[in-house]
Amino acid sequence: MEQFIHDLIGNDLLATIVWCVLPLVFILGYAIVAILAEMKSASWFQDRLGPMRTGPWGIFQPFADVLKLLMKEDIVPARADKILFNLAPVIVFVGAYAAFAVLPFASEYVGADLNLGLFYLIAVSSFGVLGIIMGGWASNNKYSLLGAMRSAAQIVSYEVPSATALLIVAMMVGSLNLQDIITAQSGGFWNWFILGGPKSDVVLASGAVIHADIGNFVFLPLLLATFVIYYLSALAETNRTPFDIPEGESELVGGYHTEYSGMKFGMFFMAEYANMFLVSAVAAVVFFGGWQSPWGITLGEALDIPVLTLLEGVFWTAAKGFFFVFVMMWLRWTLPRLRVDQLMYMCWKVLIPASFALALVVGFIVVIR
Amino acid sequence: MLLEYLPLVLVLAVSLIFGIVATNASWLFGPRRPDPEKLSTYESGMTPVRTARQRFSVRFYMVAMLFIVFDIEVVFMYPWAVRFKDLGWFGFWEMLVFVGILMVGYGYIVKKGALEWD
Amino acid sequence: MELTDIIFYIFALVTIGSAMIVVFSRNLVYSAFSLMFTFLGVAGLYVLLLADFLAVTQLMIYVGGILVLMIFGVMLTHRVVNVEISSGAMRVIPATIVVGVFLGTLLLVLTRTKWMVMEGSPDVIGTTSMIGTALVTDYLLPFEVSGVVLLVAIVAAAFMARKR
Repeated sequence: MEQFIHDLIGNDLLATIVWCVLPLVFILGYAIVAILAEMKSASWFQDRLGPMRTGPWGIFQPFADVLKLLMKEDIVPARADKILFNLAPVIVFVGAYAAFAVLPFASEYVGADLNLGLFYLIAVSSFGVLGIIMGGWASNNKYSLLGAMRSAAQIVSYEVPSATALLIVAMMVGSLNLQDIITAQSGGFWNWFILGGPKSDVVLASGAVIHADIGNFVFLPLLLATFVIYYLSALAETNRTPFDIPEGESELVGGYHTEYSGMKFGMFFMAEYANMFLVSAVAAVVFFGGWQSPWGITLGEALDIPVLTLLEGVFWTAAKGFFFVFVMMWLRWTLPRLRVDQLMYMCWKVLIPASFALALVVGFIVVIR
Repeated sequence: MLLEYLPLVLVLAVSLIFGIVATNASWLFGPRRPDPEKLSTYESGMTPVRTARQRFSVRFYMVAMLFIVFDIEVVFMYPWAVRFKDLGWFGFWEMLVFVGILMVGYGYIVKKGALEWD
Repeated sequence: MELTDIIFYIFALVTIGSAMIVVFSRNLVYSAFSLMFTFLGVAGLYVLLLADFLAVTQLMIYVGGILVLMIFGVMLTHRVVNVEISSGAMRVIPATIVVGVFLGTLLLVLTRTKWMVMEGSPDVIGTTSMIGTALVTDYLLPFEVSGVVLLVAIVAAAFMARKR
């Protein structure tokens, strides 16, 4: 694929730049779909119809919304700190987009195939935190600042269990390269880490071999628990219900983006949606085989058409990612919002000890065999 | 290895450019009719009272501090996780001691009630 | 000039430029946020030195942890209420002496060290697994001692919360 773009353009640097813009195209398209999905799923869960007037069944509503945001007046409050106020949404978006650089969409399509991919993914999420604090402080609004502080405390707290949960899979693979983690799960859904990991030996791209046997089913309950820890932390890190205290509209109006309007608000919104897909895609990559199809073989490989293999990979990544995004929307209308003390209890007294205990138990079982 | 990191630099540049252009799009397309009421800080329709930049509970600071401690711990665990199958029992016990030391501290803060958020 | 050189100068410029803002800005919050770009630039320089694990660790701990802690710290200071958070110059003479001595030491080390110069870029695939091995073998004691240091930090955090 990369070779294909290289051949098409003929210039290496230009080809790499095109390569780096592709995720942006994906995010824009995905955001349009996700906005509609959020509105429609919300309304159907509540037995409403949702938007119906723009286009058939309201399918053009997200375009109308984006246009509306574009045409809105760009209000910068008089008492706000102008520089930081304008910079904050950019930083939040950069944080979300930087992570997409290492996300493998298909076997041949990953922006940067880093050996540290998994570790990098956890690290870049910190930019978002700083953008949020920056926006909250610059707004000079009580709701914004309180929302930003709560948001930052929540995101950093939940980063610990999510990083530990991902560590457990890294221990089993022996690599932090995301492609290695996906390769380790090749051969069908029973080899995915959610079901205990590979049942037969796998050779990684680096030549390392993961020895595995059918007994890997002992990891099933452990990795299932790991996945639950990761997914809960991911919900909290993206400020989604039931962990949306930072933007709880009943107490904090809009949280850290109360004062934002127009496309600056739109950027916060887009970053949130991009992050939702990101954490969902990471869940898919680490626990559900990434771009692998559930039955292990692809039509493209069977027919020997590389482009088809690539498209299938992108399809499975997107499908698995969308599924977990949908679960987030589902949870939003199912669970009530937690209180701050419950939130902190959940993280520091339940998830963190549980994730460390799981890491040690998994380590023990791996070493003993 | 350096070449693998080139996309990261480019992605940073692309997202910065897109972010700056997009956040200023409303400024370009939108109307500009500022008035003092519109530009005043939003406080549920009331006239804003004092500044928003007040002092905060020390608990936020404590959470950030505890986060750094656990974050460093996890950072130490990552390179270990990569090598852990080759290191075998020796590596496992070393990490158990390391995590164990921290769990003593964790037990202490739980006992002190520092994690009660009230 | 090669592409790596251009990227090096970009990162060096970001690091030094933002560090200047950190030092000279009279607004503490600006200083804190500017530090983010300094850390980012340093992470970029680490990558150019082929220290990939260190670079990402820099992002994770300094940008994600230390900086958030610093900003929370700024927001806890008592002068925030109704006063623009600012910092001015004070005790200029002792500070100049300390900085001068430090600069002298650095320059001395810089000029005295026999730098190993390598032709071309070394063939390194990543430092993570080497660090992993070194941590539990050669550098076992420092590793466990750092665990104790972290324990002290936890106790300090607990003490702070108790005092309110």
